[in-house]
Amino acid sequence: MSSSASHPLRHTALDALHRSLGATMTDFAGWDMPLRYGSERDEHVAVRTRAGLFDLSHMGEIAVTGPEAAALLNHALVGDIASVGVGRARYTMICREDGGILDDLIVYRLAETEYLVVANASNAQVVLDALTERAAGFDAEVRDDRDAYALLAVQGPASPAILQSLTDADLAGLKYYAGLPGTVAGVQALIARTGYTGEDGFELFVAPADAEKLWQALTDAGADAGLIPCGLSCRDTLRLEAGMPLYGHELTTSLTPFDAGLGRVVKFGKEGDFVGREALRRAAERAAENPPRVLVGLVAEGRRVPRAGYPVVAGGEVIGEVTSGAPSPTLGKPIAMAYVDAAHAAPGAEGVGVDIRGSHEPYEVVALPFYKRQK
Amino acid sequence: MSNPQQLRYSKEHEWLSPAEDGVATVGITEFAANALGDVVFAQLPEVGSTVAAGETCGELESTKSVSDLYSPVSGEVTEINQDVVDDPSLVNSEPFEGGWLFKVRIAEEPADLMSADEYAAQNAG
Repeated sequence: MSSSASHPLRHTALDALHRSLGATMTDFAGWDMPLRYGSERDEHVAVRTRAGLFDLSHMGEIAVTGPEAAALLNHALVGDIASVGVGRARYTMICREDGGILDDLIVYRLAETEYLVVANASNAQVVLDALTERAAGFDAEVRDDRDAYALLAVQGPASPAILQSLTDADLAGLKYYAGLPGTVAGVQALIARTGYTGEDGFELFVAPADAEKLWQALTDAGADAGLIPCGLSCRDTLRLEAGMPLYGHELTTSLTPFDAGLGRVVKFGKEGDFVGREALRRAAERAAENPPRVLVGLVAEGRRVPRAGYPVVAGGEVIGEVTSGAPSPTLGKPIAMAYVDAAHAAPGAEGVGVDIRGSHEPYEVVALPFYKRQK
Repeated sequence: MSNPQQLRYSKEHEWLSPAEDGVATVGITEFAANALGDVVFAQLPEVGSTVAAGETCGELESTKSVSDLYSPVSGEVTEINQDVVDDPSLVNSEPFEGGWLFKVRIAEEPADLMSADEYAAQNAG
């Protein structure tokens, strides 16, 4: 956890507010972030049933602008970014020449020649460096905008009504994975219908100086609906239930998107060459003919919780490894995501267990996600 | 957060009640419960088993981690708190009361158990 032992922790614009709320803070990718304010289970349930408010200002924003911004991103990323309409967003990845995943990203097209790339905090510098290097020869600019934004998220079924009470923006017309500029509680914001919780919700990119005003306005507007502040601990269990991968767990440089079951993000048919194309083509063939380990869901029959790195076993043999695990508040049981040998990856596969500190606990193999909201 | 004066404390954040007929109650402190976060599973020692001071005798699982449970004294376990097994969140909501973990017939107790004030000083340091 002390990855930044030689650097002081970075603090978001909402740091004083978190402390006044009594948050338990944690070092996350060099940022001092709220882990939880009270009970992480209560925070999880609030997002599933009402609404939760998150500070996600650790995320890494990178602006890509210029006449060839679209061509640059098509070259640097695996997705077809040029085809993203203005006002829309796309989940995508940036890979190495050998196909290994450097990061997963959300890219917002703000204007014809203006994109906002949002990277994981832990990879923001890596992504910035890669984009900068790959921009050579393109008429486009890559700009580090990490300090230009604070990022607040309001997530949960009550979030549209809460946010609508603070803005004239047409939220009903704002689709999932779309973003538009607007004013929220008098604050200029990029309003995006994105999130990492498996619920409906919004992410609001604002100037750091406006973050506290917006947080307060959302807190007040959401009070009657049961909105509460939420930390990164429940964000992790929310995304795990929703089957969403987390970089460093389900995604690493030693895996390609195809290995992670996310080959759909790689668009071979797009215009122009892109970094990793040849390696990814081979990875696609390998995954189709002779699949390596497959990412699956595991649901406990008992109550002991699997953790990242625990071996998955069958018949006394190690057949995989847990990448994320936690008690699921929604299912009321421990759950995990794990990479397992293809022979044991089918839902309902017999005799699969997790080695929990020496004891083989039975687990059911299930298809992801564990939780899907009712629309 | 205040630590009850009548209890004594181990450096591993367990508390021990005064013994009645040689039997004392063991739990974890509010400080420890807060550090763990929501406890979701408690594996307690078996009734009739022998526990040793400073050695692990169970596990507490929270959302983020699993922690070993230590016994503050040596002796035989006479009772476990079935309410905590059924509802581990009691450890968070009532660490010094309804969230007690087990009772032990004390055979031997270490000399380094702390008073409430000494324990508070340890955590402040």
